[in-house]
Amino acid sequence: MLSDQDRIFTNLYGQHDFRLAGARARGDWDGTAAIIARGREAIIDEMKASGLRGRGGAGFPTGMKWSFMPKVSDGRPAYLVINADESEPGTCKDRDIMRHDPHKLIEGSLIAAFAMGAHAAYIYIRGEYYNEAVNLQLAIDEAYDAGLVGVNAAGSGWDFEIYLHRGAGAYICGEETALLESLEGKKGMPRMKPPFPAAVGLYGCPTTVNNVETIAVAPAILRRGASWFSALGRPKNSGTKVFCISGHVNKPCNVEEELGIPLRELIDTYAGGVRGGWDNLLAIIPGGSSVPLLPKSICDTVLMDFDSLRDVKSGLGTAAVIVMDKSTDVIRAIARLSQFYKHESCGQCTPCREGTGWMMRVMQRMVQGRAEMDEIDTLEQVSKQIEGHTICALGDAAAWPVQGLIRHFRPEMEARIAEYRRSRGSPQPALAVNDALRMAAE
Amino acid sequence: MVDNIANGSAGKDFVQPTHFAFDDESNSEIEKVLAKYPPGKQASGSLPLLFIAQGQMRRQTGSAWIPRVAMDAVAHRLGMPPIRIYEVATFYLMFNTTPVGRYHLQLCTTTPCWLRGSDDVVAACRKFTGIEGWHETSADGLFTMTEVECLGACVNAPILQVNDDFYEDMDAARTEELLAALKRGEVPKPGSMIGRMTSAPEGGPTTLTTLNFLPAE
Amino acid sequence: MVKVTVDGIVVEVPSGSTVLQAAELAGREIPRFCYHERLSIAGNCRMCLVEVEKAPKPVASCAYPVADNMVVFTDSPMTREARRGVMEFLLINHPLDCPICDQGGECDLQDQAVGYGRDHSRYAENKRVVQDKNLGPLVKTVMTRCIQCTRCVRFATEIAGVPELGATARGESMEIGTYVEHALTSELSGNLIDICPVGALTSKPYSFVTRPWELKKTDSVDVMDAVGASIRIDTRGAEVLRVLPRINEDVNEEWLADKSRFAIDGLKRRRLDTPWVRRDGKLRKATWTEAFNAIAEKLHGVPGERIGAIAGDLVDAESVVALKDLMGLLGSGNLDCRQDGARIDGARRDFYTFNTSIAGIEEADALLIVGSNPRREAPLLNARIRKRQVAGPFPVAVIGAPAELTYDATWIGDGPSTLTSLLDGSHEFAAVLRDAKRPMIIVGQGAIARTDGAAVLAACWKLAAQTGALAPDWHGFNMLHIAAGRVGALDLGFLPGPNGKNLDAMMGGGVDVLWLLAADEFNMSRIGPQTFVVYQGHHGDAGAARADVILPGAAYPEKNGTYVNTEGRAQRGLFATFPPGDAREDWKILRAASTVLGKPLPYDTLEAVRARLEAANPVFSRVGQLPRFGCSDHSGPAGDPAVLGEAPFVSPVSNYYQTDPISRASATMAECAAVYQPALLIAAE
Repeated sequence: MLSDQDRIFTNLYGQHDFRLAGARARGDWDGTAAIIARGREAIIDEMKASGLRGRGGAGFPTGMKWSFMPKVSDGRPAYLVINADESEPGTCKDRDIMRHDPHKLIEGSLIAAFAMGAHAAYIYIRGEYYNEAVNLQLAIDEAYDAGLVGVNAAGSGWDFEIYLHRGAGAYICGEETALLESLEGKKGMPRMKPPFPAAVGLYGCPTTVNNVETIAVAPAILRRGASWFSALGRPKNSGTKVFCISGHVNKPCNVEEELGIPLRELIDTYAGGVRGGWDNLLAIIPGGSSVPLLPKSICDTVLMDFDSLRDVKSGLGTAAVIVMDKSTDVIRAIARLSQFYKHESCGQCTPCREGTGWMMRVMQRMVQGRAEMDEIDTLEQVSKQIEGHTICALGDAAAWPVQGLIRHFRPEMEARIAEYRRSRGSPQPALAVNDALRMAAE
Repeated sequence: MVDNIANGSAGKDFVQPTHFAFDDESNSEIEKVLAKYPPGKQASGSLPLLFIAQGQMRRQTGSAWIPRVAMDAVAHRLGMPPIRIYEVATFYLMFNTTPVGRYHLQLCTTTPCWLRGSDDVVAACRKFTGIEGWHETSADGLFTMTEVECLGACVNAPILQVNDDFYEDMDAARTEELLAALKRGEVPKPGSMIGRMTSAPEGGPTTLTTLNFLPAE
Repeated sequence: MVKVTVDGIVVEVPSGSTVLQAAELAGREIPRFCYHERLSIAGNCRMCLVEVEKAPKPVASCAYPVADNMVVFTDSPMTREARRGVMEFLLINHPLDCPICDQGGECDLQDQAVGYGRDHSRYAENKRVVQDKNLGPLVKTVMTRCIQCTRCVRFATEIAGVPELGATARGESMEIGTYVEHALTSELSGNLIDICPVGALTSKPYSFVTRPWELKKTDSVDVMDAVGASIRIDTRGAEVLRVLPRINEDVNEEWLADKSRFAIDGLKRRRLDTPWVRRDGKLRKATWTEAFNAIAEKLHGVPGERIGAIAGDLVDAESVVALKDLMGLLGSGNLDCRQDGARIDGARRDFYTFNTSIAGIEEADALLIVGSNPRREAPLLNARIRKRQVAGPFPVAVIGAPAELTYDATWIGDGPSTLTSLLDGSHEFAAVLRDAKRPMIIVGQGAIARTDGAAVLAACWKLAAQTGALAPDWHGFNMLHIAAGRVGALDLGFLPGPNGKNLDAMMGGGVDVLWLLAADEFNMSRIGPQTFVVYQGHHGDAGAARADVILPGAAYPEKNGTYVNTEGRAQRGLFATFPPGDAREDWKILRAASTVLGKPLPYDTLEAVRARLEAANPVFSRVGQLPRFGCSDHSGPAGDPAVLGEAPFVSPVSNYYQTDPISRASATMAECAAVYQPALLIAAE
């Protein structure tokens, strides 16, 4: 069990003052200038050595990502953009950081921006986080007033501007290039890659997009040393992580723990256990809605880190643990996610625009059992036709929950269909009268 | 499922205003907002300005929505073709292209909320307001119900967002109480409705209990 | 250059090329819907997915850059599976209405479905229905067929320069449209029909008319303005059913302006299909013999200097040379092709042509437009100006009526006084021109069809000379014509001969017999009441109404004709269908008349007429070609640049949709004028 001394987010629940005075008391903004004085290379090397992997879902090594930024500017400014568009179902960790520990994020922004040669950062916060944006803006204003950001930020000699920009209700803007489009004032439609943001990002300039948690842990790593951070967790999965435990647990909560903690221990220790006891567990989505669910048999032993979860064909994602007990209609739980992805598809590329709607409609029939047996295979094929064929990862994210359901709960789906057939007869979807007439006319 | 992604306004029985101009309060906000973006990149202001327009409508009419003339005003202010603003305004769910009630009930029904009983919250809202479908407004004009996707407060599910505020750890009874209060003109303090400390487990934090911070200087 | 292997074929392509370009070079066809080589890359349809060695998933070849030694498979199982999947997605919400879809037979989706579609649909849900949009009288929408490729949005925004189309809402609710219902205000809207890969945007006037395989296709050249776009005329029987653009990079790329495309219903209305002779004050139907005899009778004893001829705006060079020769044989030097009274100096060709060339606009770095609204006078040339500005900074200034152009242009004045201030350097744009390496000046007919036109012309030339627009390797002086037949007639010297009368002098009884060759664009009441008027042309328009004898000629799809565009590029229009009734090709009419008049023209075949053309001016031997040239001789056209008047310049085209006998006879153009003209007029104010 992680000791409180090794926890980074010491005001996770907002039990203390979130403002500058409180943040300073918790050690934020301590020796920031000295960290910056180490220089870009040293900071990036330290980040690399820490083994920190991006906390937004993809788990890309942070130090390496920073190192992609041009060492020498070609005249274009560089930008740091912070992805605070936390929208992955199950995930609510960045919310706590921004409302309760905003100075960690602001200090981290300054250091990260310096390390990548950026003089400006934009924090793109989801629009629904209105009150969180108010807190964060207050903290930014305080930081400006205290000279921690702005010209000669925190006495470091580095000029640094930081701006808050609100989204307006679009999950897709959590995709980094959609986020940049949105920040430029357009629809949040992902860009094609290459070029990658480090070459052509915000306003056509070199840009790095990092998750809130990734940036907010940076000052602690640089202050306490890469070895401290990398000693936590497991090899290649180092450090601590804020886990969000929701669904059928006795005490849903956010908690910071070491990566690699057994899933069962995480739930039993911090979330009061599964409702009705561990044996009442049906399945868990371990990393936010986009990753395939795991049946209880895997949950019994799996560790919560990038590689362990990948090995069981799921993923750590955002470390949002969604727990489902045996009372759950798991088909409906996944069907609701299909509705989510259909609703959040930007509509730009064909497989996602058309495929998410198709999957949603079939899944909604699957909930009733109003389907043919072989439609389960069709559904899986449709999900595969989306996966890997889209501009961004939303297509994959929409496909995986369905694939996970079929992988682990196919018998339940078949039973549902059989039951419907027994009680209702024909499984064929009923055509609305108007549609039938229209088809007849054609 | 009724789609809440608005596309135009055909068939909706409301009147598009014929005039919209930013008021002084909006104008001073706009100035602040546009200072954030580099010269020539004022298009970045499209989302903020649409929020400002929607806010002005709330101030002026009690209904936070963006009529087409307001979109045109945003486009004009940013030097953009109006169609680019129409695209943006219809892409993002938080921009209401049709009028809403004084209290915009945004109900998250995504899986984490659903697992914790969002169906009950929805039912309670329907019962209290008499609203049957999504994105419809109650007869008294007070409430509009919109189904929204994950609001990002899942450990406090289910969530009912009223205008800008999250009401967390909801159930049917608490929903009814909340709506009754709103109807009386009271605005209860947002956050957990069961008295929980934010995202800490019920009963209080089990971590971060051993730390003592130096008092602020 | 990088080396790429496509299906085993090794090709070298410039680095920065896309995989799709490399594949095309290797001769491998890549299916696509959203990709269009003249539009920005969207990458959204996903039909062009290909397998790239070592890439974990298929890549969109339209957008993916090549790398050295890349190995691409365009027909591998992974590629085929990916495309089949995409095709199935495209079809699930696409209606099965091919039998009633006008795109049928020339539909990209239909064609690709043959290759990548399934034999049945696995989609058991209800199909999406999308409300149709009103984009005006030309473009019909069936939005349920839309596959959201956004080509139309990109065309309107990027090429047409009217950012009015967009994709609103999102996901499967995303719809293409203007959001606010209004007709698309572009003179290039018909191109949306061509670029739409499915039947979502089709031609409104052409709807349910025919099927593409029933059409005879004839390559030709457009005459509805002086750009001379390359077109294809689609006919069924005698009827012209459709005009489409052909690719011609030098002129129209692959676009066509709306009037050229949609005025064709005017070819069926108000046609002159029989000769007419005026007897007792009334026009009566006649035979060719009667008509020719009436002319011979009238001409008998009339001296040459009392005979005149005016060539119209849509005339082919063959008929012009025949008429000029006939007039010569009759002893007349009273010729004019400038119905608008433009003070053109025919002494040197570069005084009256668009010397930079249309494609050359892309090389220019500053532009002054004098007395012209290119958007209305030459929409395709206007699109080229826009293309140049989209490519990079390109200052454009306009002297004349303020106009809503499709690019950023600075309005710097309305009349000659601004020219004066440019000439004396007091206006700041003079410096812009001077500092430019390749400045351009476009002189419109609105600047010279006026009493001080010669002075304006001379002043513009002088300004060009002064600002470095005339250089051994660059000719930046340009005249923009609006009449397809004008430059050809000028090349043939259809201007007053020695002691000959111009149009003004022929008016009010200046001649006893006046031969109008499809001339309808001047005020007929100026012709003296005693003047005997022969009208030879194809439409019952202004000229025919004044005529004493009408000789029914052929419209452009009905004859083999040579036209010289504003650049000075000679091009051939081809015979696509027969003229109606007794109407005949115009040079043949003149040849027949010459015999009756006892002055037979020395040619009996088209080849012989063309030999005569080439003899008259070698430009007619370079069909389709346009040699670029600089300007070393700075001596300017006749006219004193110092005697400029004061009246503001006015564009000769106030109503784009109705400018000539064909478009005035078109019901489609009348509808467009009713819909758009008020808007255009308001925009201009």
